Amino acid sequence: MSAMIQVEHLTYVYNPGMPDATTALDDVSFEIEEGQFVGIIGSTGSGKSTLITHFNGLHRPTSGRILIDGVDLWEKPEKIRDFRFKVGLVFQYPEYQLFEETCYKDIAYGPKNMGLDAQEIDRRVRQAAGFVGLSPQLLERNPFELSGGQKRRVAIAGVLAMEPKVLVLDEPAAGLDPEGRDTILGAVKAYHKATGITVVLVSHSMEDIARYADKVLVMDQRKLAIYDDVDKVFAQAPRLLELGLSVPQVTKIFLRLKELGLDIDTDVYTMPYAVKTLQKALEKRKGEAEC
Amino acid sequence: MSKMIDADQIRFRYDPEVDNWAVDGASLKVEKGEFVAVLGANGCGKSTLAKHLNAILLPEAGTVLVEEMDTKDEEQLFQIRQTVGMVFQNPDNQIVATVVEEDVAFALENLGVPSDQIRQRIDQAMKMAGIYQHRNKAPHKLSGGQKQRVAIAGVIAMRPDCLVLDEATAMLDPRGREVVMDTIRTLNREYGITVVAITHYMEEAAQADRVVVMNGGKVVLEGTPAQVFSQADLLREYHLDVPQATELRDELVKLGYDLPQGIISIEECAQAIYKLFQ
Repeated sequence: MSAMIQVEHLTYVYNPGMPDATTALDDVSFEIEEGQFVGIIGSTGSGKSTLITHFNGLHRPTSGRILIDGVDLWEKPEKIRDFRFKVGLVFQYPEYQLFEETCYKDIAYGPKNMGLDAQEIDRRVRQAAGFVGLSPQLLERNPFELSGGQKRRVAIAGVLAMEPKVLVLDEPAAGLDPEGRDTILGAVKAYHKATGITVVLVSHSMEDIARYADKVLVMDQRKLAIYDDVDKVFAQAPRLLELGLSVPQVTKIFLRLKELGLDIDTDVYTMPYAVKTLQKALEKRKGEAEC
Repeated sequence: MSKMIDADQIRFRYDPEVDNWAVDGASLKVEKGEFVAVLGANGCGKSTLAKHLNAILLPEAGTVLVEEMDTKDEEQLFQIRQTVGMVFQNPDNQIVATVVEEDVAFALENLGVPSDQIRQRIDQAMKMAGIYQHRNKAPHKLSGGQKQRVAIAGVIAMRPDCLVLDEATAMLDPRGREVVMDTIRTLNREYGITVVAITHYMEEAAQADRVVVMNGGKVVLEGTPAQVFSQADLLREYHLDVPQATELRDELVKLGYDLPQGIISIEECAQAIYKLFQ
């Protein structure tokens, strides 16, 4: 597998040289391989948003480099527009960015700007709408008549329709009810599986990260703190709590069981695995009792 | 003892021409000193209901009484707004001044409170909300959780008897959410302020005295957190969830293990599982 995103010694300073110069990213390096689903966590102000806006060139590194699919983003600054299509960025509350008269036109806006022909645009709009679960009838409606969750799906479809190689989502489920969260994140996961594209998901919900991501990248005070497989990251619960983060509630239950004196693994972070782990341990216990 | 809030059979629609009711015959009674959480999926009418509690919206049918004052009585409006304070979802939309303490003082200045009293009241409010040490900072330099506590301080400086929070933690990170919830619990327990918290987070609702579940503009389920969360299947029908502690308990019960009902917290769940091993 080759690296899709390479970040090399990335440092970013807001207002460099000014009295209010603030370092937002400090010597950050990591690689995300093609086809991976990576979760980014970190408390407010840790640098998550500044980091992801570097992936499609909305920010230019103060020092260091970013490579997408092996190409340095800023090698030819006049070509930066290509990366806006290659890396699809879904911002927080993307429904506030809808502006067209119909959902169809809004989703078509990106592909149209890519200079695609009408037939290809149509194919992409319908496919993207299908992925996020928007019915063909909804496409002709005015997006402002839709519910919040539907609007958000229109906005995400608009990014998917550009068929980016990397999809970056900043808190796509914020403000949605549990079912709405599952619908949106489930659609992203299904899209990831179907197309094999690289997905980067920023979230405050440890439960969501645990459920959907393969790897987790933890930011803390402008630096990369941890970058590892999801089970290894949530196994470091004390460290995460120290960083002002949290672990899924189910992990906390296992930590407490350990504290109570039970001999049990604590690298548990999803519900099915928690149930399986407990079942195994309980059966073992029963076996011992019968002996 | 009179009720803090007595909303009886209220109906409300945003467009009076269309037969589409955002709140459709909901009743909510809140005792003084109670901490009530209102749960419900997007579009269930919970925010619309919340806006009835201090007369931002008036019901088309039914009545809302705030400490026995009818929200339809315009002469009482001033008193009602001072009795019930609201905190909304987005902290950035609620902050008007460039210095924290000036923001907290904003409402009091508008109410014409004498300046020596303002000083005393905002200091107390900022201490109660745990934001006193940031009083001279610019709000935009604070974290989301801190900003939300500035908004809460601004409301409690008016000395309301009741605080209504409309998804006040939705935009915060886990730590920010925790400190805001701690602040709210302290205000409720130590200062006796009645709290009505609208939320999507099951874990937050689990901390309330009572949980009210809304669906389709109606109250469909009500009880202690333990009573409400023991009905996982019903909650899922309303597009809601249960805390993971409850879900884990339910999954183990399905496998034939014996765990008590009404588990909602990490501690209760861990203790019950621990017992299975004894």
